Amino acid sequence: MESMEIAEKLQDHFPGEVLEICDFHGQVGVIVKRDRIVDILRWLRDTPEIKMDHFMDLCGVDNKKRLGGNLLRFEVVYNLYSIPLRHSIRIRAQVPENDACIDTATGLWCGANWHERECYDLMGISFNGHPDMRRVLLPDDWVGYPLRKEYPLKGREEWSGLEELKHKVVELQEFGLSDGTLRTEAEQSQTKGNEKS
Amino acid sequence: MGEVKESGVQEPALIEIADGVKKIPGINAVLGPLNMLVNWGRAGSIWPMTFGLACCAIEMMDAGASTNDLDRFGIIFRASPRQADCMIVAGTLTKKMSPVLRRVYDQMPEPRYVLAMGSCACSGGVFNSYSVTQGVDTIVPVDVYVPGCPPRPAALMQGLIKLQEKILQEQYRWSLWR
Repeated sequence: MESMEIAEKLQDHFPGEVLEICDFHGQVGVIVKRDRIVDILRWLRDTPEIKMDHFMDLCGVDNKKRLGGNLLRFEVVYNLYSIPLRHSIRIRAQVPENDACIDTATGLWCGANWHERECYDLMGISFNGHPDMRRVLLPDDWVGYPLRKEYPLKGREEWSGLEELKHKVVELQEFGLSDGTLRTEAEQSQTKGNEKS
Repeated sequence: MGEVKESGVQEPALIEIADGVKKIPGINAVLGPLNMLVNWGRAGSIWPMTFGLACCAIEMMDAGASTNDLDRFGIIFRASPRQADCMIVAGTLTKKMSPVLRRVYDQMPEPRYVLAMGSCACSGGVFNSYSVTQGVDTIVPVDVYVPGCPPRPAALMQGLIKLQEKILQEQYRWSLWR
């Protein structure tokens, strides 16, 4: 089945949920509200002529600097594929900034678990009903969500674990016999000053 | 071997096996200043702790494989820091990984050396970002830097030969009292 056909069927079945259908180079994306996202995904998975059994990918998008369209601040993108029927579709669920959360898809595909954790880790979108909503890549005590547009490239402050480690390195310096190069905090700030001047 | 004289008594002649280190033929003994002996032994048996973190590790494996063959320098990779003399940090060191790197370094017995392999390990490379440590020399003392992205196996061998040269020039590092 063509992707556009699937999108139209989806619109017929969930008329209040589908906001827009967009087509880019033959790839069909369906922009939906977030409230009934699990029902939409379940319908796509279980309908016999659609049968989206393969959960290809899930990612978060920050629309803050995106041009055009009346999109909300975030969106969660689901890429689905049907292995027996060989067709695919993209579902884009809109998530507002003040309440950045959406229902989990782990009940449908257990592989969504780590995808959702990654999305939470880097984009700060939490997933209701997720069995293990922790960070997956960054340390547990990290502050902020690095892939949000307002996050500076180098972060606002140093991670506390690294600060602690650098203090420990200075403490341990006198016990080592190595004469290798060790750049401590003082030397680093000196070189930074040189770069500026 | 020493020359055999008519009387049949063997005249010992010292065989120079390295600069300043001599072997007495016939008996299992070598002669030389202790510094040189220790340094000669160490330089010929650098056992590196593999710390492959990214694509540089592939080049490190290649350097250890048959074409380049690090074994002929006496360099045998160890999987345990307790048995290692040198740590080859091959790849991007993230901040989350930094405490692990330091712990592995602390587990290595003295004397220990660190070789930073690749741009990321030397300075952070292109990853001047929130998650990457800007050079492993902020965490552990580094003896040799091998630049490149990634360095070719020949460059890693050059770095290890530089490390051997450095070890050969050391004075009194065999002593606890320095």
